[in-house]
Amino acid sequence: MTDASSSGDRDAPADERPESATAALLDAAKRSDLGLVLGTLLVVYLAATVLTFADGLNSVVGLMRTLTFLGLVYALAALALNLQWGYAGLFNIGVAGFMALGVYTMGIVVRSPDPAFGPPGFGLPLPVGIAAGMLVAAVVGLLAALPALRLKADYLAIVTLGISEIVRLFLQSSAFDTFLRDSLGVGTGGGRGMGMPRNPVRDLFLVDGQAGTPTAFGELVFGVFGEDALGVSNSILIDWGYIAVLAAFVIAFYVLLERLGRSPFGRTLKAIREDELVADSLGKNVDLIKVKVFVIGCALMGLVGILWFGSQGNVSPTPQFMPLLTFYVFIAVIIGGSGSNTGSVLGGIVFATVLFEGPRRVGASVRDVIDAETPPSFADAVAALDPTAFLAFATDNVAPLQFILLGLILVFIMHRRPDGILGDRIETAAAVDLSERPSGGETDE
Amino acid sequence: MSSDVPDASDVADAADEVDAADAITDEPEANDSAVEEAAKHVPSGAPPLRVEGLVKRFGGVTAVDGASFEVEQGSLTGLIGPNGAGKSTTFNCITGVHEPTAGSVYFKGEDVTGLEPYRMARKGLVRTFQIARELSEMTVLENLMLAPKGQLGESAIRAVTPGLRGDVVEQEEAIRERAWETLDFFEIDHLATEHAGNLSGGQRKLLEMARALMTDPEVVLLDEPLAGVNPTLEEKLLDRIHQLREDGYTFLLVEHDMDVIMNNCEHVIVMHQGSVLAEGTGDEIRNDERVIEAYLGEDV
Repeated sequence: MTDASSSGDRDAPADERPESATAALLDAAKRSDLGLVLGTLLVVYLAATVLTFADGLNSVVGLMRTLTFLGLVYALAALALNLQWGYAGLFNIGVAGFMALGVYTMGIVVRSPDPAFGPPGFGLPLPVGIAAGMLVAAVVGLLAALPALRLKADYLAIVTLGISEIVRLFLQSSAFDTFLRDSLGVGTGGGRGMGMPRNPVRDLFLVDGQAGTPTAFGELVFGVFGEDALGVSNSILIDWGYIAVLAAFVIAFYVLLERLGRSPFGRTLKAIREDELVADSLGKNVDLIKVKVFVIGCALMGLVGILWFGSQGNVSPTPQFMPLLTFYVFIAVIIGGSGSNTGSVLGGIVFATVLFEGPRRVGASVRDVIDAETPPSFADAVAALDPTAFLAFATDNVAPLQFILLGLILVFIMHRRPDGILGDRIETAAAVDLSERPSGGETDE
Repeated sequence: MSSDVPDASDVADAADEVDAADAITDEPEANDSAVEEAAKHVPSGAPPLRVEGLVKRFGGVTAVDGASFEVEQGSLTGLIGPNGAGKSTTFNCITGVHEPTAGSVYFKGEDVTGLEPYRMARKGLVRTFQIARELSEMTVLENLMLAPKGQLGESAIRAVTPGLRGDVVEQEEAIRERAWETLDFFEIDHLATEHAGNLSGGQRKLLEMARALMTDPEVVLLDEPLAGVNPTLEEKLLDRIHQLREDGYTFLLVEHDMDVIMNNCEHVIVMHQGSVLAEGTGDEIRNDERVIEAYLGEDV
């Protein structure tokens, strides 16, 4: 994908032979971005296998699917945020709102106009819906950016947080739903949410998306891995098909943002992040560039919303698009190292698998092997002075305790490694190699 | 040493290339720059910089009170005055950081009063800062490569579209080469790949000036470029300024150090209480009664 990855892949075997296969693998992973990401996924898969292998292959592959899906969608969201925050220093804490705008617009545009199936839509093709979703997110981003970017950075944060909540509350409101139905003949479904159009990936496997009628391709895949062969359920296999699409989007986002970063545009963004007055004094139209990059980022967030929540069958404004979602994406970028695209992908995967899903899964597995009653309250768990009882309580209440863990990890990162996993990376902001003087130039006297 | 100097024809070539590039960008400002280019080539005897009756008030405080002066083509003009004389505010009004309360700023005869800093820089008037504002997380080379005008790759679309990126890379190579030459000229080429934040105070001043020159300016406003610079480096900096002046650049220099101004500038403007108190050569200023009274006092 990048110079680093290709050279890393090539050089690893050519260099002195490492002692073992694992050492060689670790070596290669450290030197190549792709290796780093795949290596992280591999570790996650190993952990997933350990947790579920007793339940059979279907469970193993199912857990891997859930983890990969979450890892990739967080990676996408982190990449979009990294463009705004990591490169240009624009503090957008309305990520959830822009994702909601994207997916809701897509839903409204694509859904059938027949009110019998829930909130009616315009019944247009899916690509139109996706384009419209990105466009609406971009336009709302533009409206937010125009006044806010002229002020100091903090105001942008306040405005975007406000917009995100306004979007969510509008979508939640049945009055807005009724208003839309009366005026445009389409609806949001209010607090009950709306069903999402069928995922086209499903049609790849099943004729008209109907279970039991596989296409030729579906027949082939189900035949090799399916219930009658390896025993993986068809729905999990279809989900893996969608994960392949998500992976393609991650690569596309990555290439797009790397190219943006390694160009004069990226150089100007870096300059704006550091010192707006300098960029301004050197002839850069700072306001215009900030608006541009903010709008591009918002459009990408709209697309992420579609890819993420559009594939979930049903969306509802609460709790899916609470500001909490925005903070999760921020944590992903912080862990990976803001400013680094590879870091954002890595941060997304590590956050979603290790910090978000990990504790619950591990907790549930541990709870299964503990032979003790769960104490009724935290006080009881502590007062019992019995580690088993305490563990039973902790593993039964992983979800709330997880927030304590997240907080601790953030404190740890801020204290020990404030730049994130890859934050110390030097990302070149030019379309050409700057590491050494090109030959032919004059040498120093 | 003189072989390192980017000579005037090089600079002019580069400027033409950049102008041509500017014309084909689809940026909204393309129209503006076309207008700017047209203005740039008006042959006129107008001085590169003229300030007329400049007034700037902050609330009840009048920082600049009717200052008027001219900077001649190809000159090294010094601007001095005691603390609070309004030098920095004048500077900020010229470069567009502040909008003047009254009065006008003319760049080559064209009224540019109140234009934003980026528009001034595009017209060919660039500044350095009193306290060096290097972009510390970028390398020295990146700092320099940021500055040139009309970069194709500053359009997001051009930067990512495969068919158009070739031109961007080509231009980047040219800019990189020019950046190296400029670094040579200031003798900081050994620091090219260093992060600007790791530079010493004096090196930062050199970097600032090098970066300003990368914008292809006609007039360079230097805000205390020698403050906190050791004597050896000071000599080097002044030497470079003189060389560049011979290449046709015009300098306006704000400086606290009287000797520097008197020994280097052929024209000196003295500001006092927001307006111009006296103008003339170093010797004339040295012997001007009003200046001695108001500013030099018991010193001379």
